[in-house]
Amino acid sequence: MNIHEYQAKALLKSYGAPVAEGVAILKADEAEAAAKSLPGPLYVVKSQIHAGGRGKGKFKELPPEAKGGVRLAKSVEEVVSNVKDMLGNTLVTAQTGEAGKQVNRLYIEDGADIDRELYCSLLVDRSIGRVAFVVSTEGGMDIEAVAHDTPEKILTIGIDPEAGVTAADVQKISGALKLDGAAAEDAKSLFPILYKAFNEKDMSLLEINPLIVMKNGHLRVLDAKVSFDGNALFRHDDVRALRDETEEDTKEIEASKWDLAYVALDGNIGCMVNGAGLAMATMDIIKLYGKEPANFCDVGGGAGKEKVAAAFKIITADPKVEGILVNIFGGIMRCDVIAEGVIAAVKEVGLKVPLVVRLEGTNVELGKKILNESGLAITAADDLDDAAKKIVAAING
Amino acid sequence: MSILVNKDTKVLVQGLTGKTGTFHTEQALAYFGTKMVGGIHPKKGGESWSSGVDGTSLPIFASVAEAKERTGADASVIYVPPAGAAEAIIEAIEAEIPFIVCITEGIPVMDMVRVKAKLDKSKSRLLGPNCPGILTPEECKIGIMPGSIFRKGSVGIVSRSGTLTYEAVFQTSNEGLGQTTAVGIGGDPVKGTEFIDVLEMFLADEATTSIIMIGEIGGSAEEDAAQFLIDEAKKGRKKPMAGFIAGRTAPKGRTMGHAGAVVSGGKGDAESKIAAMESAGIKVSPSPARLGKTLVEVLKG
Repeated sequence: MNIHEYQAKALLKSYGAPVAEGVAILKADEAEAAAKSLPGPLYVVKSQIHAGGRGKGKFKELPPEAKGGVRLAKSVEEVVSNVKDMLGNTLVTAQTGEAGKQVNRLYIEDGADIDRELYCSLLVDRSIGRVAFVVSTEGGMDIEAVAHDTPEKILTIGIDPEAGVTAADVQKISGALKLDGAAAEDAKSLFPILYKAFNEKDMSLLEINPLIVMKNGHLRVLDAKVSFDGNALFRHDDVRALRDETEEDTKEIEASKWDLAYVALDGNIGCMVNGAGLAMATMDIIKLYGKEPANFCDVGGGAGKEKVAAAFKIITADPKVEGILVNIFGGIMRCDVIAEGVIAAVKEVGLKVPLVVRLEGTNVELGKKILNESGLAITAADDLDDAAKKIVAAING
Repeated sequence: MSILVNKDTKVLVQGLTGKTGTFHTEQALAYFGTKMVGGIHPKKGGESWSSGVDGTSLPIFASVAEAKERTGADASVIYVPPAGAAEAIIEAIEAEIPFIVCITEGIPVMDMVRVKAKLDKSKSRLLGPNCPGILTPEECKIGIMPGSIFRKGSVGIVSRSGTLTYEAVFQTSNEGLGQTTAVGIGGDPVKGTEFIDVLEMFLADEATTSIIMIGEIGGSAEEDAAQFLIDEAKKGRKKPMAGFIAGRTAPKGRTMGHAGAVVSGGKGDAESKIAAMESAGIKVSPSPARLGKTLVEVLKG
């Protein structure tokens, strides 16, 4: 689960991290009061959407020469005029896709005098099974480009979960970022704070890009991106409350209510599968036969009939879907449960497109029998190849 | 021969009394009499569990340590729900269970970071979490793999994806090759057993004369495994191999169901994994439906 920059900063501030003062607004008439509450004379107006590259992004509704999604303002009046220019419009960035994202929230922040821009993130490094700091002196730009062009400028420092961030760890990180004076002092508290927040809130990514050294020598978190581990949300009511559903695909929200993994894609075949690997393989094989999936919905293991029916309804609700492929190799998931769920959903919402079903594994004979006796127009397939061929053929008519 | 589990492996069940634990324990007992020796439930110690299929009764113990002492168990399988699964693994580690298999899907990653720290200092091996388990045909089934598709034979199977493990098993059975052991290592980013661990065991196992390895996008475990195989081949240890990588067509930056399956920072994409595996002499099948046939081609030379 992702949150907005202003939410991430408020969270980090509650742990004691140095962030600028700022106010989030939802309406243009809140802009003046927000700006006046800040010290000035320099302000930053930042679009709050769940996508990066906002500064270089362009608003669809504005002329091409208009400024991007993050703007500097030198007076309260400039803040107000920028807010009016940005709020409600659609920002297209390198990460939003062509459709862009509507900017419904803006964050007005106190400006900073920047001396140096650094990169600092925390993530779980799977190769060592530990939380790691990833740092670079090359902040403020696309870190993936830095990783590609100058990988030697990125340092990864793993943290022992039983010891936490030690003085030696702080020294290593500070050394990598070439921090000295006040910044090196700030680092002694900042890095343990970031680690604590990451741990306590079950984050999956905490990215500060840039972390800045200001002209006065101190550190400040200038931008912050936080993602949380979806598997841990059950123990964080406060984090769940930060969810902005307008940023998410409505079908993905519906799926998450049923604890289903749903991924929306660009093609026209709806896929119901069990298991992430099979989901990806199903997608690969559909493409191998020249079509693309519209989505896939992973019912996982141990789903009941109702959950399977919910999954089927979510898939069919996508208007792009011209055919449905159910591909199940049951282990923990029983084929009879899949069959009953599919039939229940079809009885409720009907079946307007071709349906190909491939069942294998636990209770497969019972599952096939239930489907055969249902009287529904279902095409049975023998294996994955056969299933992909049949659904592609059905769509091509 | 086989790896990790055989007809003598005595297995405990953490989470036996739940619906999932009950169903799969019944299936395990029905699978060539896998030696299930007891269950654990902190509040039901002293009670017993009985199979709804054949009436087999198993004792329930209050702790893993007690269960191990009383039964001499070699392994424990965990079906505990996500919120309590990490504690269950830690309990098994502290009871010095040699082989722990965690089936549970959806454990918070930070919980697994804690588990990993304890695991690294222990003598236990953990398989999973978020995995289908392990099965040695006609001897022992731990986890959720459907026993009916297996056939005793010569292929060692190792996979990050549960359902694709079944594909490989099913296809090698249909080709008449059969399996020595199939191991699902699981799709989570932080886990107990990696490809390299399993490949090492398959290389050492005489009965395993060929290997199928199934990976997916995300991380660098497949690349690491390929390097391991290249190094071992230089020492003269090499077996015929076929493979598959799921997620060739996955959009970048999207998590594809498995928490571990995401291409990020230009790392972990399918093409680099396929290239690494092919450089290690693995024939990578373009379709998951042709794993068995691909291996047969490799074996024919």
